Amino acid sequence: MSSEGTILDIQGPIVIARLPNARIGEQVKLGSQGLMGEVIAREDDRAIIQVYEITEGLRPGAPASAVGSQLSVELGPGLLGGIFDGLQRPLKTLLEQTGERIERGLMVPAIDRNKRWPFVPGKDLKIGAKVSGSTILGSVLENDSITHRILMPPDVTGELDDLVPAGDYTVDDVIGRVRDTQGNIHKLHLSSRWPVRIPRPFSKRDHALQPLITGQRIMDTFFPLLKGGKGAIPGPFGAGKTVLQQQIARWSDAQIVIYVGCGERGNELTEVLDTFPQLSDPRTGRPLMERTMLVANTSNMPVVAREVSVYVGMTIAEYFRDQGFDVVVVADSTSRWAEALREVSGRLGQMPVEEGYPAYLGSTLSAFYERAGRVETLNGNHGSVTLIGAVSPPGGDFSEPVTSHTKDIIQTFWALSKDLADARHYPAVDWLESFSLFVDVAAKWWHENINEDWMRLRNIALRLLSESEELARIVNLVGVEALSGQQRWTLETSKLIREGLLQQSALEPNDSFCSPRKQFLLLKLMIEIHTRGAEMLKVGMPVQELLRQPLLAKARRWKISYSSEEIEGLEQEGKAIEPIFDALRAEYASPLAKGESAARTGAGPT
Amino acid sequence: MSMLEYRSSAWARGGLLAMRNVPDVALGDRVVVRDHLGRQRSGQVIRSSEELVLIQVFEGTDNIDLERTWVRFLDQPFELALAPEMLGRVFNGVGQSRDGRPPIISRLSRNVNGAALNPAARAYPREFIQTGISTIDGMNTLVRGQKLPVFSGSGLPHNRLAAQIVRQAKLLFHGEGKADSQESFALVFAAMGVSHSDARFFEESFKESGVLGQVVTFINLADDPPIERLILPRVALTCAEYLAFDLDMHVLVVMTDMTYYAEALREIATGKGDVPARKGFPGYLYSDLAEIYERAGRIRGKAGSITMIPVVSMPSDDITHPVPDLTGYITEGQIVLSRELAAANIQPPVAVLPSLSRLMKDGIGEGMTREDHARVASQLFASYAKAQEVRSLAAIIGAEELSEEDNRYLQFADAFEQRFVSQGEHEDRSIFHTLDLAWEVLSLLPKEALTRLSEKDIEARYRSPDSE
Ligand SMILES: Nc1ncnc2c1ncn2[C@@H]1O[C@H](COP(=O)(O)OP(=O)(O)OP(=O)(O)O)[C@@H](O)[C@H]1O
Ligand SMILES: [Mg+2]
Repeated sequence: MSSEGTILDIQGPIVIARLPNARIGEQVKLGSQGLMGEVIAREDDRAIIQVYEITEGLRPGAPASAVGSQLSVELGPGLLGGIFDGLQRPLKTLLEQTGERIERGLMVPAIDRNKRWPFVPGKDLKIGAKVSGSTILGSVLENDSITHRILMPPDVTGELDDLVPAGDYTVDDVIGRVRDTQGNIHKLHLSSRWPVRIPRPFSKRDHALQPLITGQRIMDTFFPLLKGGKGAIPGPFGAGKTVLQQQIARWSDAQIVIYVGCGERGNELTEVLDTFPQLSDPRTGRPLMERTMLVANTSNMPVVAREVSVYVGMTIAEYFRDQGFDVVVVADSTSRWAEALREVSGRLGQMPVEEGYPAYLGSTLSAFYERAGRVETLNGNHGSVTLIGAVSPPGGDFSEPVTSHTKDIIQTFWALSKDLADARHYPAVDWLESFSLFVDVAAKWWHENINEDWMRLRNIALRLLSESEELARIVNLVGVEALSGQQRWTLETSKLIREGLLQQSALEPNDSFCSPRKQFLLLKLMIEIHTRGAEMLKVGMPVQELLRQPLLAKARRWKISYSSEEIEGLEQEGKAIEPIFDALRAEYASPLAKGESAARTGAGPT
Repeated sequence: MSMLEYRSSAWARGGLLAMRNVPDVALGDRVVVRDHLGRQRSGQVIRSSEELVLIQVFEGTDNIDLERTWVRFLDQPFELALAPEMLGRVFNGVGQSRDGRPPIISRLSRNVNGAALNPAARAYPREFIQTGISTIDGMNTLVRGQKLPVFSGSGLPHNRLAAQIVRQAKLLFHGEGKADSQESFALVFAAMGVSHSDARFFEESFKESGVLGQVVTFINLADDPPIERLILPRVALTCAEYLAFDLDMHVLVVMTDMTYYAEALREIATGKGDVPARKGFPGYLYSDLAEIYERAGRIRGKAGSITMIPVVSMPSDDITHPVPDLTGYITEGQIVLSRELAAANIQPPVAVLPSLSRLMKDGIGEGMTREDHARVASQLFASYAKAQEVRSLAAIIGAEELSEEDNRYLQFADAFEQRFVSQGEHEDRSIFHTLDLAWEVLSLLPKEALTRLSEKDIEARYRSPDSE
């Protein structure tokens, strides 16, 4: 059903049209160019429409027509490796068809209509079989990394009337038919559509069990996020949000990555498009682009499409989740999306609550983050969507509305600090401000797969870091001479942990990705150095001597000296720690002077 | 719609003029407003409904009445005529001649709002531009197609820095690269709300460096109508895009001062009754600034480029003020000037720690600058940050109480500022000279403290200071 009307008022991205019968959420075409928009409110016979495109050139009196459907995305093979705008228009196709600047009023389908995909029907599916939402009808080898499962639309149940044999089909070809309980026939295709603002259904929520391994030490070792979890990266400009999200997109052990560039720089998306095809997944060896999809609404693109872009990304993520994949969505930046909400609400004259944001900011954010999660899908598989949002607080002030609402919603908070970024301590994740609610769950994985000592050592490291914070305060008041030898040693080893473990350069090939084994080994060796050094102080070695040990400078470089594949070299270095300290001990603590036993009882971290 | 003149003004205030009962007007259309003296002003439709059409008048609404003001609707968007003859010319904010010479006539004209560049069409900027300024080249490298603002405060020498960049910026080619002279450069200078003396300073410095014929100037002085500042950068960038992507030129765009631009935006927004976000600026300031800054860049398959150096003054030196803050969120780094360094007579007073170039990583290193560049820069940042801590410690407990190592940090910090940061306004340092200077000051620190450098670097370039 569609209704026709005329435009009455144009003000920036908001248009008012006389459009009786239009429903809220319904899509609308405006003017001779057919600019697309969406009804966000109704008053009398008028519809208030937010327009996804620049409204320049529209005039009162021009036609408006409601098209009957809500904004939806096309889901099927052919999305991976691509870049789409906030309305899921394929940007590479647009580039070929209309040139380097994005024209208005273009509707180009997301998926190539002519490309044929090798479809293999499900082995156990017989004609007459009962099929329902998300039943797997078959599969398509989308690329060498991903076998795309073709699903029943989530909202159809019935009997399979017909299914094509294995062969090559386009997304428009009918691959089968389903007769529902009312006797209606539904045609099946390799692709289907789903409205972006409605979460795709699943059968139930599941516990998240596994950490998402990102290869970033400060994340995996200190503030883990689970597959299916919700995380946020707040930070002032230039603190490293985008780099961290790109690192997650590169190195995390997700099967599918959806990168949503929401109101950020065009060059950052270009960079992903340029570099990802050359990088390979450290686990599968396949080009990263095969598992990656980009949604791009850059900061100079229309603001309403920005608001939509995060939903487009999320809906596509849910679709892959329903196929049984672990999907990661990175959204850079959720603040720009919230600002788009603010802009529209402001133009509607809605009452602002804080800093111009509407009262529904918090509920909109949490409803969106709720779409993340690990679920049992309608077809009985398990899949997950992990959501990681960057937050860009004005002035770097974390008490502003978007950051504070987000903080209440998420489970892992990686707070970036301007001071750390200014000192080029990257990733500039502040270890005192950040938190993860899932260390216990992650610990299970680490203990089973890497080492049982993970939790204990991680906690020691965190304690050293926070102790040293206290000590640094004292030093800043009265100087380092006021500290005891043990305290100076704590200061030194926490510096070692900061530089040798927490700092991780995204640009150094050996350091950009750090395997869990390497992470654990570095952690273990640093705590070992700390412990052994503390013992030496107990047996009388002057702290100045200890600080002069060349081992310390060497240990700072271990992360760079050995890649994740060169773990053995690192293990060798680790084996050398003991003899070094044994030799020192022999020097300082002759059994006559101090006594072996006294030193032994003093073992253990301070 | 015919080009009728209407005299149905409903209200006028703060640069805005509202008209009643003008049918069928397209949003964004250009209008000509004729006041009771017959003087013409240009304007643009920013809201259009059947009852009311709202116009922003670039020359402002001073001296306008409702009864005798006529408005002509041109039924076309705001376009700028483009021709190669624009080089060497001076225009006002709406693109009209300001140098007494005839207007630009051309069959080619473009909408000044531009259209968003498809991210898939962009070429990632990677070519190192040598500015000859150590703090920039060594630690915050500029590349072609980058947008790198200068954050400054009143009385700080941002104009001198911008002029020095304009004078000295050049591309380095190594061996087989195409010859420099084959390429053509242009400068687009967009001045918003600048004083007469600043405008003169720039003009003289362009003249002095012999580039005047390659400069297109768009100027709105401090005593010109502020609303014109809203359209000026768009007009200037439409010209820059033409030079870069139609005429294949490498265009440097200097825009000063974006804070005045934003203040004009705030003025109009307040007049329209837009909901303010922070400090009275409208919530869409971010998107609005992004529409301007994102026009910098490179396009795949095109020879030209737009490199942008906006000057942003920070009211009360506050980097969290909405204009520098939102700018920093959009641009690819920032060069921050410091009042303390200026007071200590370190010129140019670039505060390296809060400064940043995000595109540096792809423009430096082997084959582009020097193999050790990234690590040297990283070490300078780390060591100087540490030295700042030592300085504040020394301020509390006194330098005598410091350890020997800490004392070396103090020496390093002084040498870094005096020898590396500080340089003459006409001193054009090569990147190699800059990096050598960096090693000179880093060598004041013990080797063990230089953990961001590789052992090989240290072996090759560390020079034991004489004092040892
Ligand atoms: N892990 C890292 N390793 C190396 N360099 C980094 C790292 N993180 C950040 N940087 C440096 O910091 C710069 C800024 O980082 P990034 O662009 O991610 O900031 P941001 O927080 O996304 O800023 P904005 O909010 O303005 O987008 C990068 O260009 C890079 O030079
Ligand atoms: Mg970013």
